[in-house]
Amino acid sequence: MSHKVIVPIGPYHPLQEEPEFFQLYVEGEKVVDIDIIIGYNHRGIEKLSESKHIDQVPFLVERICGICSSSHPYAYVLAVEDILGGEASVVPERALYIRTIIDELQRIHSHLLWLGLAGHFIGYNTVWMWAWKYREPVLDMFEMVTGNRNNYAMFKVGGVRRDIKDEDIPVLKKALDDLVPALGMFRGAVMDDPVIQARLKNVGVLTKEQAIDWCVIGPTARASGVNIDVRRDEPYGVTDKINWNVIVEKEGDIFSKTVVRILEMYESVSMIRQCLDKMPKGSIDADIQDIPPGEGIGRVEAPRGECFHYVKTDGTNRLIRHKVRAPSFMNVASNKVAAVGGTISDATITLAAVDPCYCCTERVAVINKIDNKKILNGWDLIRLSQEKTQKLKLQKR
Amino acid sequence: MKLLFDYLVFPGFIFSACVGLMAGWVDRKVTARLQWRIGPPWHQNFTDILKLLGKETIVPAGTKATFLLAPFLGLGSLILAATILGLSVRNPLESFIGDLIVVVYLLTIPAISLIIGASSSQNPLASVGASREMKMILAYELPFILSIVAVIVKSSGAIELGQILNHQLNSGSNIFSWSGALAFLVAILCMQAKLGLVPFDASEAEQEIMGGTLIEYSGAPLAVFKLTKAVMLYTMPFFLIVLFLGRDLSPLFMIAKYAMLLVVIVLIKNTNPRLRIDQALRFFWRFPTLLALIAVILALFGK
Repeated sequence: MSHKVIVPIGPYHPLQEEPEFFQLYVEGEKVVDIDIIIGYNHRGIEKLSESKHIDQVPFLVERICGICSSSHPYAYVLAVEDILGGEASVVPERALYIRTIIDELQRIHSHLLWLGLAGHFIGYNTVWMWAWKYREPVLDMFEMVTGNRNNYAMFKVGGVRRDIKDEDIPVLKKALDDLVPALGMFRGAVMDDPVIQARLKNVGVLTKEQAIDWCVIGPTARASGVNIDVRRDEPYGVTDKINWNVIVEKEGDIFSKTVVRILEMYESVSMIRQCLDKMPKGSIDADIQDIPPGEGIGRVEAPRGECFHYVKTDGTNRLIRHKVRAPSFMNVASNKVAAVGGTISDATITLAAVDPCYCCTERVAVINKIDNKKILNGWDLIRLSQEKTQKLKLQKR
Repeated sequence: MKLLFDYLVFPGFIFSACVGLMAGWVDRKVTARLQWRIGPPWHQNFTDILKLLGKETIVPAGTKATFLLAPFLGLGSLILAATILGLSVRNPLESFIGDLIVVVYLLTIPAISLIIGASSSQNPLASVGASREMKMILAYELPFILSIVAVIVKSSGAIELGQILNHQLNSGSNIFSWSGALAFLVAILCMQAKLGLVPFDASEAEQEIMGGTLIEYSGAPLAVFKLTKAVMLYTMPFFLIVLFLGRDLSPLFMIAKYAMLLVVIVLIKNTNPRLRIDQALRFFWRFPTLLALIAVILALFGK
């Protein structure tokens, strides 16, 4: 029984609806090897942001990812403020609180989204629908605070664009209070369900050593016992002024990844509550006029892990270099160890367990064609589809 | 002529398909309400079938006959099973010796036709699905047949549906005895697996192998497979009613019992994630098989 069959997942993921390509090499049901191919969707965002002026770039970078659409602009403004001397010295305090509130709200909505998807991936559609139902109030909170359910347009260099109104604060607190029982329900439904435990425990294990070797970040790393969190290690916003815990689990399997994300939502709720209580009055924008030449970096703990932005300015109102590294770029590669050795059934949920966001992580791929294996890139696919259309047209005649 | 009518209209094809499709709608509607959705209108399943029938059928190269015949094999034999069951309920004296065994065989054929069709399509995902379906048959047939054996023993060795019904008419439904209740529990689990519903739907798992056994099917053959599923949703609960709840078979009671079984199916489906195939196999060979064995032994002692 050493007959290898290739089971393709992609080039367009049937469920996540994103361009990626996993080739599973399968013996029977067992996955013996896996090829991870990304690079179908080059969006040119780094180049594009060099053609916009510095205040326009947050609107561009928040469209890198529809789900962590506050992490990218946040990391970008942090990078620019790094040139100005650091976020804490530039931005008014009220704006710092608002930034943290937005960032943590986004974490809740992203984790709920993932929880639903994970339920769907193991065939538990009720969890899927319920998680997304309870995500709606979070999006409503966003709409109240920022005017948008997604792509919040809140971040600008030197502050935030919109203030949180005083009369909104009790409503937000009420919504958070209503969210906690729902989280408790998921905690019970997911963590105590024997069938879910059977499906997720000891599946897709990433040990601590492997997690460090493959440089995974965010909840994926914290589930494997690696105690990292940018919010604590290099505080931004007001993450060092409020009380919260970094959730770390030891097992490294998918179950502990789920647990980490569920418990992190509780932490986020408590962080938002503290921010709403402690938020001082005052201005929300420092009204920055000039950006001096220089280089800066910004790091933000996105729901998927550390999101990194680098900017270089030359004193004009445009960037001369902008570099983005989305967290999935680090996490997706770890599937090479996590998914191999499991079955096909486990592979699906293992590949999804790092909460991948392929579109954010897409970049030009330079492919080394070893032993003449043909790998198609985006242009090849377009060419192929055009040729096919031509052929069909000819047949019709 | 009468036989043809029985087979094609009542209680055969048209009747069972309509009941099954409506039951499928109830399933979808209840599932939707459980998941805070609205759900489809009542005619959705009929519309789906009609639409599929009008779609183009794409056949993988080099597999024409087997690929296209497999769905009809499954549907045909399943309708036969439904007809035999329906006739035996309509008139218990009309049944023939051994029809119980015939029905059990016929109920297995849809799964086998699925395997044949999937294997002939030569798709790697379909072959994974086919191998999973095969393992599922191995998993659930043993406890299922054991639970039926318990019923046979209770009805003093009758392998005729009419006699089993008569026995229950005289001494109460089988479910109201220890052995009957245990066997019924096992049979419900097996029914869930035979219907290919969560948590035992690994062979079709759209999220893992993208429909598995059905991946290459389109158009009319796919519609036939969907119809087979619908008829199965009518036949299996019906079979269980005949075996375990067969005392009062007046229409009103039939509908009530059927609705109860349907609710059980939908509830199991919506409160469980999908089991991996090895877990499903292990599950069926341990817990339900043991329960069914106990049921048989209890039945032997007349409990």
